[in-house]
Amino acid sequence: MKSDGLTRELIALRVARELRDGMVVNLGIGMPTLVANFIPEGITVIFQAQNGLLGYGGIAEEEQIDPDLINAGGQPVTLMPGACFFHSADSFAMIRGGHVDMTVLGGLQVSEKGDLANWMVPEKGVGSIGGAMDLAAGARRVVVAMEHTTKDGQPRIVTECTYPTTAIRAVSLVVTNLAAIEVTPEGLVVREVAPGITFEDVQDASEPRLIRPPDLREMEL
Amino acid sequence: MKKLYASPAEAVADVFDGAVVMIGGFGPVGSPAKLVFALADQGARDLTIISNNVGLGDRLDVLFENRQVRKFIGSFPFRTWGSKTTFLVEQWRAGEIEVEVVPQGTVAERIRAAGAGLGGFYTPTGVGTVVEQGKERRTLNGREYILEMPLRADFALIRAHRADKMGNLVYKETARNFNPVMATAAEVTIAEAQEIVETGALDPEVIVTPGVYVNRIVQAERDEVRWFDS
Repeated sequence: MKSDGLTRELIALRVARELRDGMVVNLGIGMPTLVANFIPEGITVIFQAQNGLLGYGGIAEEEQIDPDLINAGGQPVTLMPGACFFHSADSFAMIRGGHVDMTVLGGLQVSEKGDLANWMVPEKGVGSIGGAMDLAAGARRVVVAMEHTTKDGQPRIVTECTYPTTAIRAVSLVVTNLAAIEVTPEGLVVREVAPGITFEDVQDASEPRLIRPPDLREMEL
Repeated sequence: MKKLYASPAEAVADVFDGAVVMIGGFGPVGSPAKLVFALADQGARDLTIISNNVGLGDRLDVLFENRQVRKFIGSFPFRTWGSKTTFLVEQWRAGEIEVEVVPQGTVAERIRAAGAGLGGFYTPTGVGTVVEQGKERRTLNGREYILEMPLRADFALIRAHRADKMGNLVYKETARNFNPVMATAAEVTIAEAQEIVETGALDPEVIVTPGVYVNRIVQAERDEVRWFDS
């Protein structure tokens, strides 16, 4: 492999290409929050935060900070025109009820069936679920943004999740530093590879056999 | 019908040993910090605490520091970043307390179900995960669900922006979060509010929590701690 592939910012930029005008989107904590920086020109998306907010804007500058106004990652935010507040039960009714078009979540492992593990590293002994299980089970489309392998090179694209699962058969698309991979009933299809990365590089860094479609292409960033 | 209390201490004076106590808030936002401090001073023990989180800029860890808690139920008991730890984590690792980690939407809906008089509900959240263990799984209209049971409490400690003297409440921005559902699910709901106004001063169209759910109100300034200072 000649390259490490995409930076975190470029992974977020590639995920942002999945956004469509008018979508209601919930961004998970960590790398997914970066997606808000790369909204394609000419489209408007509505960001939902599970702590009870629809329609937040950017992260608040120091002089704009309102201590009662945060997103679900605890970041102070600003409001877009038309924003509204609701309580936690209504917020998760919105999520579970299929009113959130897309969520972007971080991942520890994604299986070839689209199972997601992202809430607990067993070696740490503890983990918090937060809103991850509701988002993974309830959002219409689940996109995972993560590094393709662990720090010591173990694949995060796995045959079966060995970490505790967040949801089963939930993930539609995984974007990593190496590739954009679609979960299909036939298995994991590598749709795009990062610049400088080959299909074989992606396969070598993954546990299950991946599918190479005839129209495999290099990511346009 | 006396609802207005002179101090947080007076409002929580009868919380008893072994009580189940819900505490509103998401991180520090909408957390009834003055009532939490009053409960810490009051000293009731063997409490079951139901709250979204501990140690994210809220003040709940003081209850663990005082060894007042037997069990915690919530979605975010453990923070997994940074070097700071909480008394909750220390006591959980030592096997001294029980911690039940529940998906956030399931926490909220279990509380809502209790307040709404429901016997439980089927949710897709947690199917195929550790959350499913010991629960009924059922296929409805081709989709898998698990049965979750209501969560009720002896006391709910919540925070509002404004209260009138009948206990009608309005909230500020994302400080609403778990407070309105918790208000409905406890025998005794105690609300601290930034401001208490005369009955009739709140626009009936914007009241979020009807006063019927609120037993006690007390004025309290918002706590100044922020999420990332904790």
